[in-house]
Amino acid sequence: MVLLTRKIEFSASHVYHNPNLSAEENRRIFGKGNNPHGHGHNYTLEVTVEGEPDPITGMVLDLKELKEILEREVMKRMDHRHLNYEVAELTGQIPTCENIARVIWQLLEPKITQGKLHRVRLYESPDLFADCYRNGAKAAGKR
Amino acid sequence: MSETLKIELGRRYRFAASHRLHSSHLSEEENSRIFGKCNNPYGHGHNYVVEVSVSGDVDPATGMIANLDDLDAFVERQVLDPFDHKSLNEDVAAFREKVPTTENLCIEIFQRLKSFPKAKLERVRVEETRNNSFEYAGDNLEGNRP
Repeated sequence: MVLLTRKIEFSASHVYHNPNLSAEENRRIFGKGNNPHGHGHNYTLEVTVEGEPDPITGMVLDLKELKEILEREVMKRMDHRHLNYEVAELTGQIPTCENIARVIWQLLEPKITQGKLHRVRLYESPDLFADCYRNGAKAAGKR
Repeated sequence: MSETLKIELGRRYRFAASHRLHSSHLSEEENSRIFGKCNNPYGHGHNYVVEVSVSGDVDPATGMIANLDDLDAFVERQVLDPFDHKSLNEDVAAFREKVPTTENLCIEIFQRLKSFPKAKLERVRVEETRNNSFEYAGDNLEGNRP
């Protein structure tokens, strides 16, 4: 099995606020992330697909196709958007790295038909990221 | 669908420390041959990067596996405070006997973080320089790795 990874970057704004909590609780739990006017990040998304290289093309899947899937499913939805208000899949969720990574997994997983989605890693900043895997998936390599 | 997925939170931290690779079980010549420049008696230092991965359920109220303030405070107390701007050989008890290679450092950091009460520690990855990194996930690397 071979792992193939494609990286894309997008910029988006968000705010951390749970309407079921008091203003003080929101401030305590989310800190600066609770600023009512929101804030933004340059997100970096790494999408890893697993599979066997096709004997004719030598590819797990055509990178061009993966690029188009990412453009359609992620960039169009999230780039230069407000994650709380403009991304239907995140409605009712706090748009943390963890939740965005899971939504991206759910968007991509059914679209990747050559090879299989192995990992979604979403960086909110170089020092903070979330990984999403299929539960119980077996390690294929060191990274 | 979400219950079939595993989510991990990764966070990077930095500290600077000195060390010297030297084993009291080896002769001067062997130490010098095996550890080369790293055996310099006065030591040398690195800007270490520590990447910590934890897993757990994402709390629907907060969208988080663990509150970052809790994780940051724990790592600060367990690792950054005792290691930053220190001599690993002289200031960290574990390295009085053990050679402070980054392999051993990785294991030591894992031991110090595995009791994090708010989430499960999955693995620790330490970059000694931009070009060298080491990873430890407890005794069973494959088993802990999704």
